[in-house]
Amino acid sequence: MKASSGEVEARPILRVQGLRKSFGRLGVLKGVDLTVRPGEVAFVIGPSGGGKTTLLRCINFLETPNAGSIEFEGKRLCQGDEQSFRRCPEREIRQARTQMPMVFQHFNLLQHRTVLENVIEGPTVVLKRPRHEAIREAGEILARVGLTDKLGAYPAQLSGGQKQRVGIARALAMRPKLILFDEPTSSLDPELVAGVLDTIRRLAEDGMTMVIVSHEMGFARRLADQVYFMADGLVIEAGSPKSIFEEPESERVRAFIRSILHSRD
Amino acid sequence: MREFVFVFAPQYFPYLLKGAVVTIELTIISMACALVLGLLVALGRLSRIQPLDWALRAYVEVWRDVPLIVQLLVIYFTLPQIGIRLPAFMAGVVGLSLNLGAYLSEVFRAAILSIDVGQRDAGISIGMSRPTVYRRIILPQALLIAVPTLGGYFISLLKDCALVSFIAVNELLRHGTIIISSTFRSMEIYMMVAIIYFVMSFLASRVVWWVEWQLTPAYMAAQR
Repeated sequence: MKASSGEVEARPILRVQGLRKSFGRLGVLKGVDLTVRPGEVAFVIGPSGGGKTTLLRCINFLETPNAGSIEFEGKRLCQGDEQSFRRCPEREIRQARTQMPMVFQHFNLLQHRTVLENVIEGPTVVLKRPRHEAIREAGEILARVGLTDKLGAYPAQLSGGQKQRVGIARALAMRPKLILFDEPTSSLDPELVAGVLDTIRRLAEDGMTMVIVSHEMGFARRLADQVYFMADGLVIEAGSPKSIFEEPESERVRAFIRSILHSRD
Repeated sequence: MREFVFVFAPQYFPYLLKGAVVTIELTIISMACALVLGLLVALGRLSRIQPLDWALRAYVEVWRDVPLIVQLLVIYFTLPQIGIRLPAFMAGVVGLSLNLGAYLSEVFRAAILSIDVGQRDAGISIGMSRPTVYRRIILPQALLIAVPTLGGYFISLLKDCALVSFIAVNELLRHGTIIISSTFRSMEIYMMVAIIYFVMSFLASRVVWWVEWQLTPAYMAAQR
């Protein structure tokens, strides 16, 4: 599972340094660093309002950061401090997005398209692959996430768990180098969470590189290669799941883990 | 009554129908122009180009705040004084289109803004350009939301066309007025005019209803 452990010095696929983002006067990210190597699963955990979702949205440039640098596959997508901040031309940002799609908390499936159409939209419209090829590949991917019988259904006809698995299939159809997950199970009914987590776990086993914002602590602990604890717009502590969950250095992290464990009783 | 049914009505009815045909032409052409104009104005206002947004906002504000009849009179009687001379029918089309376009732009804008921002994020996050997001995701959903409201405007446009009789367009009401000026039988003529308007509007509302029903896509039916 830890594909990267044998080759510790593998070049990072994603490197975020000193990332800052504010909405008006509200600082949401205050200098965040994060490094992900190929095949790694990085979890970002922490209290609500700590900037986790904003971090993912900035990596995908759904929000434009105010300062800091983001490097994807060795290419700088943005850099500079507040005064000299520059981001790559839109075209290059779009190119990067095709290789690091995002899975959303509220699914964001296209309401007016069927499951199959949702999955082939990116490959055919953005990547310009032949339609029949995209359909064949989408069929395989949807089988992998257990939705073979829902190809013609509209999002409104699916359960939350099924919607999220379509969301994952849509990301996979881009043949991504990295997938960003924004609280993929937070808006699901408890009995539907397992199916989605299982899908993500199998992706990890296949060596998919992922950055996952999640409140599923047990899941993070089992699956993560790296865990980042974020609060108040900063990474308070980062390390292996063992170090974060069992022997955290910061009192803040300790308190958070304790409160999560208690709330489970 | 006998005289009305067997002599008067048959004599003038064809002339009124001729006017009704002009009313229908005027309605359809103006509606088509207003739809295109309204959509372009809505997209312009959402383009995030500040000066463009201001200019279009001013247009919408002015055209909605001045009575349609005044706009028509200005186009037909005042513009010639600065060298823009339009035939009556053209002046009618221009006046109605510019007026309705202002209203429809707000219908389109509201429909576009009603689409959940997550739908846009979905497209952007896999590398779509903004125009592609509009073409493939936002407009197909927004236009369907706008259809019932557009239908309502279509029916009121049909009746607003009566106003262009003031600028000498030979539509239904003007043909009625012309007959009255030679026969002095206003009650009968206005009744006939009213009935023709009613029948046209009634049929138009059936058409709108049918179009709406045809356009209800499977995904919306699935949500009910």
